[in-house]
Amino acid sequence: MSTGSDIPEAITPGGESLADLATADVRLLPKRRTKLESAWRSLKKAPITAWFGLFVITAYAIIAIFAPLIAPYGEADIVGDQYAAWDSQFLLGTDQLGRDMLSRLIFGARNTIGIAVLTTAVSFTIGGVLGLLAAVLGGWADQLLSRLVDILMAIPQLIFALVLLVIFGPSITNLILIIAVLDSTRVFRLTRAVAMNVVVLDFVEAARLQGEKLGWIMGREILPNILPPLVAEFGLRFCFVFLTIAALSFLGLGIQPPTADWGSMVRENSTLINYGDITPLLPAAAIALLTVAVNFVVDWFLHKTSGLKE
Amino acid sequence: MSTKPANDGKTQAAGPLLEIRGLKIEGQSDDVWMPIVKGIDLSLKRGEVLGLIGESGAGKSTIGLAAMGYARPGCRISGGTIAFDGIDLLKLSAAEIRKLWGRRVAYVAQSAAASFNPAHRLMDQYVETPTWHHVLNEADAKNQAVELFRRLRLPTPETIGSRYPHQVSGGQLQRAMTAMAMSCHPDLLIFDEPTTALDVTTQIEVLAAIKDVVRQSNTAAIYISHDLAVVAQMADRIIVLRHGEVVEEAPTRQMLTHPQMPYTKSLWAVRSLQKKEQGADEAIIHVKQVDASYGTVPVLFDIDVRVPKGRTVAVVGESGSGKSTLARVITGLLPPRKGEVVFQGKALPPAMKDRSKDLLRRVQMIYQMPDTALNPRRRVRDILGRPLEHQMGLRGAARDRRIGELLEMIELDERFLERLPSELSGGQKQRICIARALAVEPDLVICDEVTSALDQIVAEEILKLLLRLQRDLKVSYLYITHDLATVKAIADEIVVMFQGRVVQSGSKTAVMTPPHHEYTAKLLSSVPEMDPDWLDGLLARRQPARPSA
Amino acid sequence: MERVNAVIKTVLQRLGLGVGTLFAVSIIIFLAVTMLPGDFAQAILGQAATPETVAAFDKEIGLDRPPVERYLHWVAGVVQGDFGDSFSSMGNLGGGHPRTVMSLILPRLGNTLFLAGMAALIAVPLALLLGMLAALHRNGFFDRLINVTTLTSISVPEFFVAYILMLFLAVRWEAFYSLATVSPDTPFFERVARCALPAMTLILVTVAHMMRMTRASIINLLASPYIEMARLKGVSPSRIIFRHALPNAWAPIATVIAVNLAYLIVGVVVVEVVFVYPGIGQLMVNSVSARDIPVVQGCALIFAATYILLNLLADIVAIVTNPRLLHRR
Repeated sequence: MSTGSDIPEAITPGGESLADLATADVRLLPKRRTKLESAWRSLKKAPITAWFGLFVITAYAIIAIFAPLIAPYGEADIVGDQYAAWDSQFLLGTDQLGRDMLSRLIFGARNTIGIAVLTTAVSFTIGGVLGLLAAVLGGWADQLLSRLVDILMAIPQLIFALVLLVIFGPSITNLILIIAVLDSTRVFRLTRAVAMNVVVLDFVEAARLQGEKLGWIMGREILPNILPPLVAEFGLRFCFVFLTIAALSFLGLGIQPPTADWGSMVRENSTLINYGDITPLLPAAAIALLTVAVNFVVDWFLHKTSGLKE
Repeated sequence: MSTKPANDGKTQAAGPLLEIRGLKIEGQSDDVWMPIVKGIDLSLKRGEVLGLIGESGAGKSTIGLAAMGYARPGCRISGGTIAFDGIDLLKLSAAEIRKLWGRRVAYVAQSAAASFNPAHRLMDQYVETPTWHHVLNEADAKNQAVELFRRLRLPTPETIGSRYPHQVSGGQLQRAMTAMAMSCHPDLLIFDEPTTALDVTTQIEVLAAIKDVVRQSNTAAIYISHDLAVVAQMADRIIVLRHGEVVEEAPTRQMLTHPQMPYTKSLWAVRSLQKKEQGADEAIIHVKQVDASYGTVPVLFDIDVRVPKGRTVAVVGESGSGKSTLARVITGLLPPRKGEVVFQGKALPPAMKDRSKDLLRRVQMIYQMPDTALNPRRRVRDILGRPLEHQMGLRGAARDRRIGELLEMIELDERFLERLPSELSGGQKQRICIARALAVEPDLVICDEVTSALDQIVAEEILKLLLRLQRDLKVSYLYITHDLATVKAIADEIVVMFQGRVVQSGSKTAVMTPPHHEYTAKLLSSVPEMDPDWLDGLLARRQPARPSA
Repeated sequence: MERVNAVIKTVLQRLGLGVGTLFAVSIIIFLAVTMLPGDFAQAILGQAATPETVAAFDKEIGLDRPPVERYLHWVAGVVQGDFGDSFSSMGNLGGGHPRTVMSLILPRLGNTLFLAGMAALIAVPLALLLGMLAALHRNGFFDRLINVTTLTSISVPEFFVAYILMLFLAVRWEAFYSLATVSPDTPFFERVARCALPAMTLILVTVAHMMRMTRASIINLLASPYIEMARLKGVSPSRIIFRHALPNAWAPIATVIAVNLAYLIVGVVVVEVVFVYPGIGQLMVNSVSARDIPVVQGCALIFAATYILLNLLADIVAIVTNPRLLHRR
C-alpha cells in the first residue's frame, strides 16, 4: 500500500505556496497567435482533398475573371462546322451551331459561376437577416416567419422553381430571384437555429440589460459568433444553387441561349453521346469538378470549426 | 439473504485488487495528442474505498474509467500498467475484458438519466448484466433486484423496475444505477461523481444508500468527486489530483486533519472564509409581493425581498426553487404577474423595454458561467469599452483611462486589453464580467452563482474581490447560490427559497442559528461537512429507528 | 389506454399539421394562375389571336371570375381528382375536345412510381447498410474512402451521372438500353430492363446522401452515455447495436429515408428527361416549356403532396417509437 510519503516530490507543481497558487490564475497570461499564423498552421495540416479543392476553386476563379483573355474565340461566334471533331484549331471541337467548345466552356465558367454566386449572395442576405431577426425577436415574429418557411419548404425546391418560372418566364433576373428566394428558406433555418444557440447565452442577455438595440445585438453580439457555420453553409448553398441552375438550364428552363452556360451546353450537345463522344460531358464534368472542390473545402472547414470556439 | 456469495470461481490472487503503475493517458484535441494523465500510481485493497478528488481537468474520471481498462473515444492509454486482481487489463483482448466488465468491475455514471437506455424498463436493464454473464437466471436476478432496490431505499421496490427511466426521478435513477452495478457482486465499483447532478437534500439520501450497500457487501470502490466533504463520507483513503498528477495521498482522517501540500490546504481554505455581518439601513431595492409565471406555469408566489444599501443578500435554494426567476423579475426580463419591484422608493417599470437607460444602468448582473457571459468574438477593450460609451458617454482617452482603472480594480493590467475571452482563464473571465458590471457604476449587482463554475481557489479569490469592491464602492449584491459555504463567506442577510416561495429570511446569524424553519433545517443539515462521521451521525439523528437491511 | 391516447393525440396533431401544410401549399400553387401576366392568353394562342378569341379563352379557363371563387372551384375539383383541362390541348381551338390533366398525369405517375420504387428498393437497404458500416468503422480506411466517394457523388449533377452511365454502359458497351421508352403494354421484365440505367442513376445519387445521413445519426446515437454504459456492462458489440442502439434509431433512420425518398422524387425530374422516360417529371418539364398551367399545377401539387406525406410518415414513426410518448409518467 502506498501512502503520502511514497509520492515523489517532483509531482507537486514546483514548491509553490498557497498565495502563489491563488494568484497564478490572475497573473498568468496565455500565449497567443496572430490570425495569419493560425490560418497558415491549420492550412498546413489540411488534408489533401482540401488542398485539391482550394486549387480547383482558385483555377476556376482565374478562368472566370479573365475569360475574354483566355478564350481563343468569342462566346457566341460561329467559327466552324457543326460538331467538328477535336483538332489543333478547335481543341475541343465545335458545338451544334459550329461555335468553339473550349471558348464556350471558358465563358460558361464566367456566366454559370457568376450567376450562382450572385444568387447565393442574395439568398444569404434574405435568409440571414430574417433568420437573425426571428432568433432575436422570438415570439410571434419568429412563429410567423418559421411557419411561412415551413410551407415554402413543403414544396420540393426544383418543382417550386419550375412553377414560378412558368409564371414569370425564364429571364436571368427572374432565375436569380426565384432560386434565391426559395433557397433563402434553408439559409433562414440554419441561421435561425445557430443564432438561437447564441441568443440564449448570457452575453446576449447582458447586452440587452445594458440597453443595447436590436441592430447591435444582431450585428455585433450574434453574427460574429455564427459566422463559421454560415461560411460553411455558403459553400454548401453555392453548390446546391449551382446544381439547381445547371439542372434548370439543362432542362431548357434556366439560362437561355446564346449565353454560354454549362447546363444548357450539355443539353444542346447531348445527341453526341449516342455516338460515343464525350464532348457533351465536358461541361457536366466542369460543374462536377467545382462542386466537388467546394464540398471538399467545406468538409475540411466544418471539421476545423465545429463549435463556437476558435 | 447473504450479501456476498461464496467465491464463485473468481480467482483470488494475493496482493492488491487493483494496482496501477505509471499510468499515462492522452486525449486528442485538434489532431494532436495531449497528456491528460501524467503517470499515476494507485493501488487498492479488497473491500477498500478510495476517494479520488480534484477539480475540473484533473483527470479523475479518465483515471476511474482506466481502472476498468477503458478509455473513452478520443482518449488513449499511452503508458503504464493496470493490474486488476493480477490480470494485466491492457493486455486483454476486447472479448476477454468484456467478461470482466459488469461482472467483476462495474461502473456508476454521473448522469443516470443519460446512462439508462430510454427504450427499456429499469428491470430489463438490471437483469441484462447478470444474465449476460450467466451469473444468475432471469427469475433470480429479478428477485435480487427487488431486494437491492429495497436496500437502496427506492420507493415501491417491487414495481419500480417496471418503469421506464424517464418515469423515475434523478435521485432514484442514481440509486437504481448503483443497484445495476452491484447486480453481479463485483469486486470493484467505480462511482463517477454519482451525486454531483443532484440537489443537496437529494444527494444525502443517495449518499447514505450507496454507503450502506457498499459497506454491507464489502466491495472495493473508487469514489470520484470534486467535493472533498462528500468523498470524506465515503472513502477510507483519499488521493488528491491536479492536472493529471497526484498531489497528495493519505487516509481520510489524516488528510482532513493534516493536509500536507499547499494545494490540498487551499481546498480547505475556501470553506473558512467568513464575512462579518453588518446591520441593514435603507433598502436599495424592495421586491413586494411578487407572483410570476412562465406562460401559465406559476413559478414565484408572494415573494418579498429587501436588499439594503451597500449590503449583500444571499438567496439560497435548490434547483427549481425560483431563485434565478427572482433575478429575471428584478431585471425586467420576466415582468411579474402581480406585485412590484420598488427601486430607491420608486416602482420600476415591470418590463425591461420600458425602463430608461439610466434605470438599466443601475441594476447589473454577473452570471454563473463566465464562458458564456462574454462574447467570444470581442476583445476585453471592447467588452469594457462599450458600456462606458453607451451608458456613461465616455469617449476616446477618457474611456481608455477608465478601462485602465477598471482593470486595475479587478487586479488585471493593460496587457489584457487586446485579449479575446478564449485567451483568458476562467477566473480572469469572471473578473472581466465583474468589471463590465461595475463599469457603469450600478447600485445593485445580481450575482447568479458566480463562483460555482470555478475551481475552489479561484472561487475564493473572486469572493474576496467582490467583498473588497463592496467596501470600496458601497454597491449592493443580491447573491444567488445553493452553496452554504459561499453564503457564510459573503452574506449579511439570507433569504431561503423553496418551491417558489420565501420560507425564511433575516440576518445571517438569525437564519443560521436555530430555531430554523423546517426546510432551512433540512437544507443546512444536508450540506456535507469535513468530518468522516458526519453522514452516519446525521442519519442516526434523522432516523433513529431505521430498520437495517 | 391512456398512453395509447397520448400517442394517437400526437399523431392526429401531426396529421392535422400535414393537412394544413398541404392546404397552404395548394393556395401557393393556385396563386400561380392569378399572378399570370396579362398577355398570357396571347402567348398561348399565338400572335394571330383576335381580342375576341383571347377573351373567350380567358373565360374558358375562368380568368374572368374572382380569385377566391376560382380557388374554391379548383380545390373542389382537385379533391375529386379533377385538375381541370390541359391548356395545350385547348390551344388548337376546335380541334377535338380538351384532354383532362388527370388523364395526362395518371399513367405517367404510375411510371414514375415504378422507377422511384425500383431505385428505392435497392438504394434504401444499401445506404443503411453502408452507413452503419462506416459509422462502426469510424475514421478507419473504409470510412475515409466512403467519405470522399460520397462527398464526390453528392456534388455531381444528376445528368452527369446519367450521361456517363449511358455513354459507357449503353453506347460503348451495349449492355443496357440507352433510352427508357416504355408504353403501358410493356411487359414487367422488359420494363425493369429498360429502367435499369435511370434507376442506377437515381441509386448512385441518393445512396451517397442517405449513407452520409445514416452514418451521422448512428455516430450521434453511439455517442450516447447509455451506449457507453452498455459497453461497460460487458455485453457484446452486436447486442449493443441490436438491443441498445436500434430501438432508439428508428426515428433518425425514418427521417433519413423520408428525406431521401423525397430527394429521389425530385431527382426523378432530370433523370426522366435524360432517358426520355414517360414519367410525371418529364410531363412537368414539357408543360413548363409549353406554359400549360393546369398540368404544371397538378404535377406540382402531386410532388408537394408526396413530399409532405413522406415527412409526415417519418414524424409518425418518430412519435410511435418514442418511449417518452409511449409510456407517460
